[in-house]
Amino acid sequence: MKKLTLKSENITKIYNRKTIFKNVTFAINEGTAFAITGKNGSGKSTLVKIICGVLSPTKGSISLSVNDQPILYPDYYPHIGLVSPYLNLYEEFSAEENLQFIKKIRGLDSTTDKFSEELLKEFGIYEHRKKEVRNYSSGMKQRLKYCAALLHQPPLLVLDEPASNLDEYGIEAVRNRMKLQKQKGVLIFATNDKDDLQFADTIYDIGQLNSGE
Amino acid sequence: MKIWLKIAVSIWLTGIIIAGIAFPMVKAPETWWQFPLIPGLEEKARNIIFHVPISWATVVAFIMAMVNGILYLRKKDIDYDLRSVSSAGLGLLLCVLATLTGAIWAKFNWGSFWNWDPRQTSIFILLLIYGAYFVLRSAIDEEERRATLSSVYSIIAGVTVPFFIFVMPRIMSGLHPGSLGDEQGKGPVLEFKMAPNMLIVFFASLIGFTALYFWMYSLKIRTMRIERQIQQQIEIN
Amino acid sequence: MTLLASYHIFVKEFVSEFRTRYALNALLMFVVTTLSIILFSIGHDSPTQEILSGTLWIVIFFSAMSGLSRTFVAEEERGTSLTLRLLTNSTSVYSGKLIYNFILILALSIIIAIAYLLLIKEFSVKTYSIFWLTIFLGSAGLASASTILAAIIAKANTKGTLFPVLAFPILLPLLLTCINATKLSVDGAFFSEAIKEFQILISFAIVMVTTSLLVFDFVWKD
Repeated sequence: MKKLTLKSENITKIYNRKTIFKNVTFAINEGTAFAITGKNGSGKSTLVKIICGVLSPTKGSISLSVNDQPILYPDYYPHIGLVSPYLNLYEEFSAEENLQFIKKIRGLDSTTDKFSEELLKEFGIYEHRKKEVRNYSSGMKQRLKYCAALLHQPPLLVLDEPASNLDEYGIEAVRNRMKLQKQKGVLIFATNDKDDLQFADTIYDIGQLNSGE
Repeated sequence: MKIWLKIAVSIWLTGIIIAGIAFPMVKAPETWWQFPLIPGLEEKARNIIFHVPISWATVVAFIMAMVNGILYLRKKDIDYDLRSVSSAGLGLLLCVLATLTGAIWAKFNWGSFWNWDPRQTSIFILLLIYGAYFVLRSAIDEEERRATLSSVYSIIAGVTVPFFIFVMPRIMSGLHPGSLGDEQGKGPVLEFKMAPNMLIVFFASLIGFTALYFWMYSLKIRTMRIERQIQQQIEIN
Repeated sequence: MTLLASYHIFVKEFVSEFRTRYALNALLMFVVTTLSIILFSIGHDSPTQEILSGTLWIVIFFSAMSGLSRTFVAEEERGTSLTLRLLTNSTSVYSGKLIYNFILILALSIIIAIAYLLLIKEFSVKTYSIFWLTIFLGSAGLASASTILAAIIAKANTKGTLFPVLAFPILLPLLLTCINATKLSVDGAFFSEAIKEFQILISFAIVMVTTSLLVFDFVWKD
C-alpha cells in the first residue's frame, strides 16, 4: 500500500464572477473513503476536477504526497484514476483499443495486459471488448470508464457519480471496487446517493457550507 | 493619474497642437516659431507631429496589452485582464487614427490613400490582430477562460510582429522614409534632418501622446472595474 | 516518456482519422472544389505567374484552415479532452498533435501542388528545389501556428468562423514569404537566391513552436 496524503487548504473557486464554494479544507490519508455531497449546482464536480488537477482553484492550495514525496500541482495524473460524466473514451475505438492506448501513453508494462483482461471481466464487458465504444450503451460506457481509470492501479481513485447509468450487476462491481480501493489507497467520491454514502468514512457537504452564508 | 498631471498633459498637448498647426513654414526660418520648408513635403510635413506619435502610441498600447496578458497568465488575477483589454481597446482606436492620418497623408504625398507600403501593411495587420483579439473575446462567455485565451492569443500575435520587419521590405518597395524604396533623401524622420525646433515639437508630441494614452488607459481601467462590479451586483441580486 | 506519449497520441490521431474521416474526405473535396473554381475562372486567359503563385497559397491556406482545427475541437466536443489531460502532460499532447497536423498539411499541400502543376499549364516551375522546399517549410509553419490556435478555438463557444479570422494576421508573414519563394521558383532563380526566404520560414516555425510550448499549458489546463 502506498502512503498517500491529500490536503486542501481554504480552496475557493470563483468562476465567471460567481463563487462556487469557499474555504474548503480537508486532509485525507490512505485507507479512507471520503465522500463529497451537496445539492445540484453546489460544485461537487468542480471540486473533483480541482482535486484531480485539471482545474486550478482561485484561492487556496491543494497538495498531494505519495510515499512522503510531494507531487507538484497540477501534475497529479499518474497517481489518479477518475470516473466522471465529463470524461469520455474514444468512440471510434473498441474497449480493448482504448485500454491499449491508455496503457501505452501512460507507459505501463506488459503485466497490464493481463490486468486489463481481468478488469474487463470484473465489470462484465469482456465479451464486448472488440466492439467500438460508439455501439455501447451508456451503462457499458460507464463500466469501461472504470476499467480505464483503474488500469494503472492508482493510489487515489476519484469517482464523480459512481453509480450513474449502471444496472444492479454494475453497481455490485463498483461497490466491490470501492471497498477494495478503501483498503488499498484513498477513495474520493462525489454523490447524493444514500447507498453510496454508507461507504464513506468522512462525509463532506459542500452545499451545507455555502448555504450558511 | 494626479490632477496636476492631467492639467499638465492638457496644456502640453494644446501647445503641441497649436505649434503643429499654426507655426508658419518658411524657406528661411528666422525665429524659433518658424519651421523650415522641406521640399517635396511642404505644409504636409505638419502631419509628422500627429501621425508618428499616434502610430507610436498604437504600438505602446499593443505591448501593454501583451504584457498585462502575460501577467494575467502568471498571477491569474482578473484585474490584469481588465488592464489588457483596456489597453487593447485604446490600441484599436489609436490604430484606426494612425491608419486614417497615414492614409490622408499618403493621398496628398504619394497620390493615393493606400499604396501597400510596408509600414501601411504592418499597421493594417496590427488592425487585423486587434480585430481578431476582440472577435475571440466576444466568442467566450466565461471570464477566466476569456482572459486566458485572449492573453495567449496576444502573445502568439506578438511574436509574429517582428517577422513583418524582415518580411515586408523583401516583398514590396517602401515609400516611407528610411525604407528601401525611398530615394529622395533618407527622409526627414530617420536621419533626424528635421530642424531643431521642429524636432523639439516632434519629441514633445511623442511624449504628449504617450502621456495621453496612459491617461485614457487609467480612465478606461477604472470604468472597466466599475462595470465589472456593477455586473457582479446585478448577478447576485 | 514525453516523446513516447506524443508518438502514441500521433498514432491515435491517425487511426482515429482513418476510422471517422472527420477531416480527410471534406478536405479532399475542398481541394477539388477550389481548384476547379480557379480553373473555371482562368478559362482561356493566361494569368501571370505571380497571380498563380498567390492563388496556390490561397488554396493551401484555406484547406489548412478547414482541416487543422479538427484535432482539438473533436477532442473537446466528444469530451475526451479530460481523459487526455489525466493521461499525460500537456507537452506531449501538443507535440503529438503538432506532428499529426504537420503530416496532414504536408500531404495536403503536396497533393494540391501536384494537381496545380498538372492542371494549370501556365504555371511552370523552373527551380523545383525551391518550390518543394517552400511547400515543406510552408506546411511546417502552417502546422506550427494552427496547432496552438486550434487549441484556443476548441475552448471558445463559436468555433466555425473563428479559425481563419485568428489565423490570418499571424500567418500573413508566412504566406507572403511562401508566395515570394514560389515566385522565385517560377522565375527560375538560383537556389541560393531563396536562402533568405527559407531562413524566414524556418525561424517562423521555430518561434511559433517555442512560444506554443510555453503557453500551451495555459490553454490546455483551462
